[in-house]
Amino acid sequence: MAFAPLPVQYIAPQERTFRIEARQFAYSPSELKVNSGDMVTIQLVSTDVVHGLYVDGYDVSVEADPGQTATLTFVADKSGSFRFRCNVTCGAMHPFMIGKLTVGSNNWFLRSIGLAALAIAGVIISTKQKA
Amino acid sequence: MSKIELTRNPVIKNALKNRYPQLTVFIVMLVGYIFAIFSGLIGTPVGSRNFGIVFVWIAWWAILILVAVPFFGRGWCAVCPIPLPGEWLQRGAVLSPPDKKPKWLNLRWPKFMRNIWLQNISFLLLALFSSVLLTTPNITGIVLAAMLFAAIGLSTIFERRSFCRYLCPVGGFIGLYSQVAPIELRVKDKQTCVTCVGKPCYNGNENGYGCSWDVFPGGLTKNTYCGLCMECIRTCPHDNIAINLRPFSADLAKPSTRIDEAFKAFIMLGSAMIYAGVLLGPWGAFKDAAYHVGTSAWFIYAIIFLAIIFVILPGLFTLGILKSKSIFPLKQRFASLATALIPLGLMFWVAFSLSFVLTNASYILASLSDPLGLGWNLFGTANVAWRPMLMAILAPAQILALVGGLIWSARTAQKAANEIRTSSIPIVTFCFIVTSVMLWLLL
Repeated sequence: MAFAPLPVQYIAPQERTFRIEARQFAYSPSELKVNSGDMVTIQLVSTDVVHGLYVDGYDVSVEADPGQTATLTFVADKSGSFRFRCNVTCGAMHPFMIGKLTVGSNNWFLRSIGLAALAIAGVIISTKQKA
Repeated sequence: MSKIELTRNPVIKNALKNRYPQLTVFIVMLVGYIFAIFSGLIGTPVGSRNFGIVFVWIAWWAILILVAVPFFGRGWCAVCPIPLPGEWLQRGAVLSPPDKKPKWLNLRWPKFMRNIWLQNISFLLLALFSSVLLTTPNITGIVLAAMLFAAIGLSTIFERRSFCRYLCPVGGFIGLYSQVAPIELRVKDKQTCVTCVGKPCYNGNENGYGCSWDVFPGGLTKNTYCGLCMECIRTCPHDNIAINLRPFSADLAKPSTRIDEAFKAFIMLGSAMIYAGVLLGPWGAFKDAAYHVGTSAWFIYAIIFLAIIFVILPGLFTLGILKSKSIFPLKQRFASLATALIPLGLMFWVAFSLSFVLTNASYILASLSDPLGLGWNLFGTANVAWRPMLMAILAPAQILALVGGLIWSARTAQKAANEIRTSSIPIVTFCFIVTSVMLWLLL
């Protein structure tokens, strides 16, 4: 269950554009969902101070001055869930200014739940056998 | 695996008996601590550039939760600088006992407060303000200074390390989680302690002080309240104290029956989940509420925070065990079975901290070169750019920690359930549900 291939529905890659407003200390929208292979364009608009947007796992980033729009384009070719976060110190809660990008299905989460269920079943069965 | 007595090694034993190695570490820690207060109060207000914030909440926290607590239990308490000035004042000496003791009040800690409820409260107070505390240098400086002065004040009123034992917000959870560590301080032969005249390990003698933690080593059965101060190794006239290497979570084989400790487990488990959602999640409204202390949003946040810890989690847990058959009363079952949450809670904190620490560790280098944010570049690393570290291993490491913690807790639940002759299934189910929620929050 935890390691078996997960069913994947093929969807042709598309161009996806998101306009994200950044303010201390949040993005709006803060959760993005795209399909694997999509060409993602993020238009980052800062509404107060200078903000950045760095995507974990993709190692790409963009910075936007107040009132300006900056654009970041990349191909979402890695599946899973990735945090994106501000990479320009923007105030006290800067380290926690975080959003979430999900590419395809969140495989790590699904597999970890499967692994947890298997592990628990294993513990219970092994104890019953000992008893 | 049986125990291995580390103090059989003469190098280890002498290093622990001799006061100078410990004093050296103490002084380094105290200087670092005072500098953290100083930088918090007068350094740059930019948290990610301030030594106090970066070294306390990133570097120290990472070492504490990822290494010190899981592997050395109360090892941090053995070198913690917070009680030192107060203790030196109380003892009237820095090293060996003086001929004449200073005349402080030296009162016994009030009996009705000899539990960890005050530590539960002090941790919750910091937890409720944590968004401000973790990010605002002068607040960190004030809290660190307050802890130092509280420890000094209590040392002049009460005997021994009352602050560490009953008030320290960090010491409470270190004590709880120290039970899983593969290190323990125990007596070699209990009968020797029974017949020992004067009990110098507790009362002190010319070689050292009585137990700073108000513990009689002869009665130690778990790590929770032993601060590894090493005084008993110095004072024992029978060479009856040992530091042992042992299997992980050996203390959990005998579950606790104390309700304050049970709630500590819920407080820590719930706090890790709330932090994962609020600090590491994508929901800006939660961050706003947690940060803007005193606003109506913050009060709602505080109520939800406390409700999760004191009502929702314990309520679900109790519902699970309510119908299970046992000859023991519900309160005892609740306290004993909550032991299962100890390894799970620790692993929740490990998983949370991995994310927090790996994304912010690069600030350590910059802050090392310019600790006060004054434009210095002491080691040439002041301009190191922020960059998350080891992101490729983050999710697998978190899954390993959380699923590993779940298995560990399931085994602990089974042992605790066997002790009180009831079913472990409701507890294992509870652990599976909260682990699934934590996985969802972090992944």
